[in-house]
Amino acid sequence: MATVELKNLRKTYLTEEIIKGISLSIEEREFVVFVGPSGCGKSTLLRMIAGLEDITSGDLLIDGQRVNDVEPGKRGLAMVFQSYALYPHMNVYKNMEFGLKLSGMPEAERRAKIEHVARTLQLEPYLNHKPGQLSGGQRQRVAIGRAIVRNPKVFLFDEPLSNLDAALRGQMRVELSALHRKLGATTIYVTHDQVEAMTMADKIVVLQKGIVEQIGSPLELYHHPRNLFVARFIGSPPMNFFSAIFQGGDAAGSSVQLRDGSSLYVPVTSPGLLPGTKVTVGIRPEHVELASSGPNSGVVEVIERLGAITLVHVRMPDGEIIVVQTDGAVLTDVDTRVSLTLPPRNCHLFAPDGLAFEACHRHPLAA
Amino acid sequence: MALKTKTSTRIGVTILGWGIALWLFFPIFWMILTSFKSEVQAISTPPKLFFMPTLSSYAEVFERANYWHFALNTVIVSVGATAIAIALAVPAAYSMAFMPSKRTRGTLLWVLSTRMLPPVGVLVPIYILARNTHLLDTCTGLAIVDMLTNLPIIVWMLYTFFREVPAPILEAGRMDGATRWQEMTMVLLPLALPGIASTALLSLILCWNEAFWSLNLTSSHAAPLTAFIASFSSPEGLFFGKLSAASTLAVAPILVFGWISQKQLVRGLTFGAVK
Repeated sequence: MATVELKNLRKTYLTEEIIKGISLSIEEREFVVFVGPSGCGKSTLLRMIAGLEDITSGDLLIDGQRVNDVEPGKRGLAMVFQSYALYPHMNVYKNMEFGLKLSGMPEAERRAKIEHVARTLQLEPYLNHKPGQLSGGQRQRVAIGRAIVRNPKVFLFDEPLSNLDAALRGQMRVELSALHRKLGATTIYVTHDQVEAMTMADKIVVLQKGIVEQIGSPLELYHHPRNLFVARFIGSPPMNFFSAIFQGGDAAGSSVQLRDGSSLYVPVTSPGLLPGTKVTVGIRPEHVELASSGPNSGVVEVIERLGAITLVHVRMPDGEIIVVQTDGAVLTDVDTRVSLTLPPRNCHLFAPDGLAFEACHRHPLAA
Repeated sequence: MALKTKTSTRIGVTILGWGIALWLFFPIFWMILTSFKSEVQAISTPPKLFFMPTLSSYAEVFERANYWHFALNTVIVSVGATAIAIALAVPAAYSMAFMPSKRTRGTLLWVLSTRMLPPVGVLVPIYILARNTHLLDTCTGLAIVDMLTNLPIIVWMLYTFFREVPAPILEAGRMDGATRWQEMTMVLLPLALPGIASTALLSLILCWNEAFWSLNLTSSHAAPLTAFIASFSSPEGLFFGKLSAASTLAVAPILVFGWISQKQLVRGLTFGAVK
């Protein structure tokens, strides 16, 4: 097992800088997920680690060794591609054997390894099948098997589940997590799906436009997003935002005035901010509470009933929509007036530059 | 009603298809037919469709010239030229298809531009080059010129076929520890084999039927089948029977070869279209 270290990694393609100086440490056995919107550079970054893209500047260290100029096959990595990228002209056995054969492993040893991996992944009945004869899920397994069989120091996954249907994706997610626990290999996983990121990662790296927005555990990102981008990106449905005026703060919290004139005392610090500054308040749909009467009232515009939960879209007097996630059995109907309660401990405040105010108390699960 | 229209359309299309096919095949058919006529029958008006076939033209052709000598030259030149062209074009097309730079498009066009030059425009320089390097009237010389003539088309065709191979498959090979050479020979070539086969076949046909350079750069020692045909065309006037017999003999091998490999050829030529 291995550590991976990125030191101010940059990538310039033609004249455009795609990766703008990324530094990151990945510990042994860690499952790290790169997440971000399409075009954020997450796949490019993974391909740079793999050796499939040149590194323009910066250092890439695997187990403390600088590997910038080492051939992809000699870095001790294995990669699972989005399109699986199986060799169509070889059967499953040969697909898994290819890398071992190139490394000069003796035939008997190869066979034993492949059979062991095939058993683990329930691929034994398909060893003589060509990839074209397999279903999407089976191809995915072969791609994973081809990676495992090489016994790599680090696993790289490039959106491996995005070609599968929803049910299979959920199943593979669980299998991959179990597999990671079993193998204990350092893993770097790229996805745009935040459910995959939240459920599988030890550490999430949120990327946008070639820079790191935040690095942290899933719940750290969820409870303590560093800025507006992360707050918006992590969590589904996304966090609600509305503007407010900063009134003042002390060691225990900050006070803001909402648009309807009411005050909110949020337990976050606000060093150096001048009263009167315009700030952004954020609160997740699952933290807003519905009440039949009280301040902060608005009109229900849309109701999405998902069975277990209900998403209520409330149009506020200032025209903004606030989404509330509530019980599946809630009786509220469209066009009725409801009041919203915003529990201060679940509110986030963001300065004009988008950075979050630091919470006075860290969430116990996001230490 | 709709069904009727459909049926009549289908019949129309079928007739049209057959018509075009027969129209294209007619010269070959007529050539073969004429080769079995006597010289008198061959030039009779109106032309005869039914007649007593004779092998006299073939007999005379074999008597007058050593067919096997010409045929062997053609095989050596076309197979040699094709093999060298493919060997040169595979790495070229590989680099352009999988490691494109901003100059790749320009390079491709530039490669093709040599095809736009009429061969006769470079006849004198090439002739002098061949003479000075003692390659006149040698299979090597003709093969080199044929190879260079077809290389642009071969590079283009291979480039198109390689573009159809998903890059991640090659990258997977690289991750598995394959060197560039192994990546090309163990991953790319097996996947692009139908395309390479049809490209090679096309090159073979083009070399086989190439006449301009054959006639200008060879005389006796390295003369291929096209020169063999030409030798039956002029001096003592036209003898259509013998000319047809010679031509039939010249195209027969490649025709048979094309027929055998047509499945491969069609698969290759429609490789990109059908996915």
